[in-house]
Amino acid sequence: MSEMVAKPVSQPEGTAPAVGVVSLGAIFWAFLIIGATSFGGVVPYLREHLVTRRKWLGDKEFVELLSISQTLPGLNATNMAILVGQKLRGIGGAIAAVVGICLPGGILMFIVGIVYRAHGDHAWATSALKGVAAASVGLVLSTVVQLGRTSLVQRIDFVFVALTVIAVNRLHIPVPWALIGVGLLAVLWHRPSGDRRDGETR
Amino acid sequence: MNQIPALLRVFAYLSLLTVGGGMAAFPELKDLTVDVHAWLTFPQLVHLYSVGQLAPGPNMMMIVPIGDWAAGPLGAILVVLAFFGPTSLLTFVVGRGWAKLENWPWRRSIQQGLAPVSIGLLLAGCFTMAKGAIFGLETAAIAVGVLLMLLQYKVNPALLVLGGALVGLLSF
Repeated sequence: MSEMVAKPVSQPEGTAPAVGVVSLGAIFWAFLIIGATSFGGVVPYLREHLVTRRKWLGDKEFVELLSISQTLPGLNATNMAILVGQKLRGIGGAIAAVVGICLPGGILMFIVGIVYRAHGDHAWATSALKGVAAASVGLVLSTVVQLGRTSLVQRIDFVFVALTVIAVNRLHIPVPWALIGVGLLAVLWHRPSGDRRDGETR
Repeated sequence: MNQIPALLRVFAYLSLLTVGGGMAAFPELKDLTVDVHAWLTFPQLVHLYSVGQLAPGPNMMMIVPIGDWAAGPLGAILVVLAFFGPTSLLTFVVGRGWAKLENWPWRRSIQQGLAPVSIGLLLAGCFTMAKGAIFGLETAAIAVGVLLMLLQYKVNPALLVLGGALVGLLSF
């Protein structure tokens, strides 16, 4: 795989640093390392490897790709892998990157699943798992707070958050309908027309 | 083996709900895998999700054991393909055109509009999970403790989840 070399896919606006030729093997290897070492969240590891160490992306471009990853459905980690792989080597690069980043965690969780099925109901395991599950709730809540700090710009945004939660948790509206309904409302609220400039009504 | 079509259907569908992260799909993940198809119990789902936070890489690799339990190793592989395939394809296609959309005024509207909804979905997923994970003072204390530590200090979240396991071992 590693001897297949080609020019990186052309990049608009010249935002990319001067990337030489990146082989599919190098892309796979880089994302495999990220997938194997990124404990506690992938984004900082992606930045460290792709921007700082390998210089495959500039910082501005990294943030740009991250914002696409967060807007589209899918996990940030895999969406970033697709976008970066695609930028470096087209479709082959995207596949190499996404397979690389998923492989270590996938194999690990496969083994965890087998072990959990065999020993998950032991007293010590259930005790530990209770603690792990409670900690995970705190972890997800902290993600909510941190994302909220940066992305909830206007007061009305908090209303959209509340509407989504009420729709899913209280009214038990299926997630896709809540997503489409509240999402449409929110996008229309932030529509580009008119004199209301985004971010100024804080 | 006859679970495979259902696995593919369920996880391809869930894939499209992960706006803002895997947690956004958690309420539907619970409905479909626990209530509709009974591939696992709710406590098992909560445990798998939580342990999945300790694994490196994308945080939804906890779907692998669900595929394995329902239909063996082939199920595990197909679940991953179903879950990451549709969104990867979408990202690939949109990624090519996104730069051209830079001056499209609606692009900013979509990003600003979807941000609160995706945060709402994360929160909804979190509440669903809390129903299976928080009972009594001890578990609530662990959750709040982890939340405060993460907001206050720069700690690796995986370490805190491990810490939760330790507290669990010692106190339950």
